[in-house]
Amino acid sequence: MSALQIKKGSTKHSAYNLRSTFSDVEETHTIAVLVENEPGVLARVIGLFSGRGYNIDSLTVAEVDHKGHLSRITIVTTGTPQVIEQIKAQLGRIVPVHEVHDLTAEGSSVERELALLKVTGVSDKRVEALRLADIFRAQVVDSTLESFVFQITGTPEKVDAFADLMRPLGLTEIARTGVAALARGL
Amino acid sequence: MTRQMTGAKMVVQALRDQGVDTVFGYPGGAVLPIYDEMFQQNDIQHILVRHEQAAVHAAEGYARSTGKPGVVLVTSGPGATNAVTGLTDALMDSIPIVVLTGQVPTFMIGTDAFQEADTVGITRPCTKHNWLVKDTAKLSETIHQAFHVALAGRPGPVLVDIPKDVQFASADYQPKQKAPTGHYQPQVKGDMEMITALVEEIETAACPVFYTGGGVINSGPGASQLLRELVEATGFPVTSTLMGLGAYPASGKHWLGMLGMHGLYEANLAMHGCDLMINVGARFDDRITGRLDAFSPKSRKAHIDIDPSSINKVIRVDMPIIGDVGHVLEDVLKVWKARGRRINREGLQKWWARIHDWQKVDCLKFKPNEGTIRPQYALSRLEALTKGRDRYITTEVGQHQMWAAQYLGFEDPNRWMTSGGLGTMGYGFPASIGVQVAHPDALVINVAGEASWLMNMQEMGTAIQFRLPVKQFILNNERLGMVRQWQELLHGQRYSHSWSEALPDFVKLAEAFGAKGILCKDPADLDDAIMEMLNHDGPVIFDCLVEKHENCFPMIPSGEPHNKMLLGEAKTKDAIGSKGAVMV
Repeated sequence: MSALQIKKGSTKHSAYNLRSTFSDVEETHTIAVLVENEPGVLARVIGLFSGRGYNIDSLTVAEVDHKGHLSRITIVTTGTPQVIEQIKAQLGRIVPVHEVHDLTAEGSSVERELALLKVTGVSDKRVEALRLADIFRAQVVDSTLESFVFQITGTPEKVDAFADLMRPLGLTEIARTGVAALARGL
Repeated sequence: MTRQMTGAKMVVQALRDQGVDTVFGYPGGAVLPIYDEMFQQNDIQHILVRHEQAAVHAAEGYARSTGKPGVVLVTSGPGATNAVTGLTDALMDSIPIVVLTGQVPTFMIGTDAFQEADTVGITRPCTKHNWLVKDTAKLSETIHQAFHVALAGRPGPVLVDIPKDVQFASADYQPKQKAPTGHYQPQVKGDMEMITALVEEIETAACPVFYTGGGVINSGPGASQLLRELVEATGFPVTSTLMGLGAYPASGKHWLGMLGMHGLYEANLAMHGCDLMINVGARFDDRITGRLDAFSPKSRKAHIDIDPSSINKVIRVDMPIIGDVGHVLEDVLKVWKARGRRINREGLQKWWARIHDWQKVDCLKFKPNEGTIRPQYALSRLEALTKGRDRYITTEVGQHQMWAAQYLGFEDPNRWMTSGGLGTMGYGFPASIGVQVAHPDALVINVAGEASWLMNMQEMGTAIQFRLPVKQFILNNERLGMVRQWQELLHGQRYSHSWSEALPDFVKLAEAFGAKGILCKDPADLDDAIMEMLNHDGPVIFDCLVEKHENCFPMIPSGEPHNKMLLGEAKTKDAIGSKGAVMV
């Protein structure tokens, strides 16, 4: 069992086994990277993406092992299968990187994002916002007579859907954490 | 038992512990404490260069000719930024280099202090790894780790940035044996299943070819020996990239010569027509592959590389083997022998017959001129007059570099130092200095073009000061030859800024530095002039005036596959299509 709690060899996908043909179709993958939490390590990861022209759709990072000074970086990226394989290999050769896991390729995973949304308005719109928030199980974490701050957790798609609904109701600001993800099962 | 000492003393002690005998460097305000320690010891010699870029190239020459890491010591700010080209060069060519830079004191970092630069920020993308050491207690272990990272796996440059207050402060010294190397331990043994799959292909392939690269050299002399053994035992033809020359001897009977954009006809056609390609420590660089969708269309491909990110980066391979070339070749030989040393003799015989036909084209053939020296002739004579000597060659970048690769033969690894990946003009002269420092009694020749050579000509001072008898063999066509060639082929012969109007008198230049200068312009005098250069005990600038409009052939035009290569006498107009024109 690795430090990322993902069983090694749980998948056929590895640096050795690539798909039989190189497809041009872009795929979105969630990649978990366990790194030594040393100065500049995030810059190395981001620099790799910008320097080699890869996409970052979302990125979250925080220290997850305070004793061992290990941070977990979760990156959602889009590219052709060849590019995704390159990204993983390139991440793997950064010296302070301990482990790289492609959660999308290695089986199913749970992905969650947290967002805070500020919605301003009065009367009907305000009531409607509160009603929709209830449906989405968003919580009110701040309120004035003319505004709410909602907290919502869920998949990025759920956050998108909620934000789309709030827009006509007076959405003025949104802050999102980006995706955190874990593989399902043992 | 641990010992208390200052950070500056730690640096010198750590270098000593790492077995370092030579440092290339240039002092400045932020490294004065370390230079003070260097002054008070005799174990490590310091070679004072004239520009920090040259310090890194010299260290590259030292590293590439010895297999040991090259060490550089420079100051903060401009010292560090001048080192950037060398670092990038070493990263592209996988050369182990350890650069130590001074930095402004920790309490001044971020204040735009005098000679402050964000050195770790600037060098992050051009090093394998770098460190800013903010605590003297961490300094010695960081330096030891830096050496480990530079050498482990695919070698490369590393940098340790040391603020001045960290150099002055004292802490316990951590000896090499006790320093943690961390989790960075790249895999060296190849996957046995994949190695067996490769051996099965070796047993049946009708048209196999070994395509070898700098990885064989980096893996050490043992890897070159194993390659030779495998090539001799199987009888397969072998070609090499620019970086891999010398791993298999040029006099070997299975040698096809260099491949790639200016590679030999037979080597490129063998790559195009093979049914089994065994890539040993090369990386399918764009100079090698040409047009990707037409690259070696009929072959099964194996790729032995220590860096997993090299696998399937540009060319999809059927048998990826991640590991050190030496370890993998040993296993390949072992498995192949154990299975009965089988090859497809009949197929191989026909394959060699085809190759011999291609060799008959004699793609490097040229007619020497009466009045002017053709560069090919100059290099052929240099080859003939230095053959059999233990000779180290460095080059600058351009046409002369390709001619040197084509017309000089390399019998052993670590004898050929050239800037392959980055293509750095100005590399060869300082590299020759590094090689000569490592091998004081050897014959070291830098084959140069006059334009490249001028980029680091200040190093004449270093050569004189340290009595380094480097021979600067300059093929002087008063042009940026390769740029001119591309302008001829691609830009309607409009030679935009590709010639120099104010070249120095190289003989007088040599004399001004206290060296010997030789001018040669007549083919009839060439042999005597070369002998005069070889017999002179000291640095020589050899100004060889050559044909000004010579083009470098064979050539695979950009955007074309291997079998569309141009030969010397071929029609070259409009050879590069509009699609190829965007490529370099």
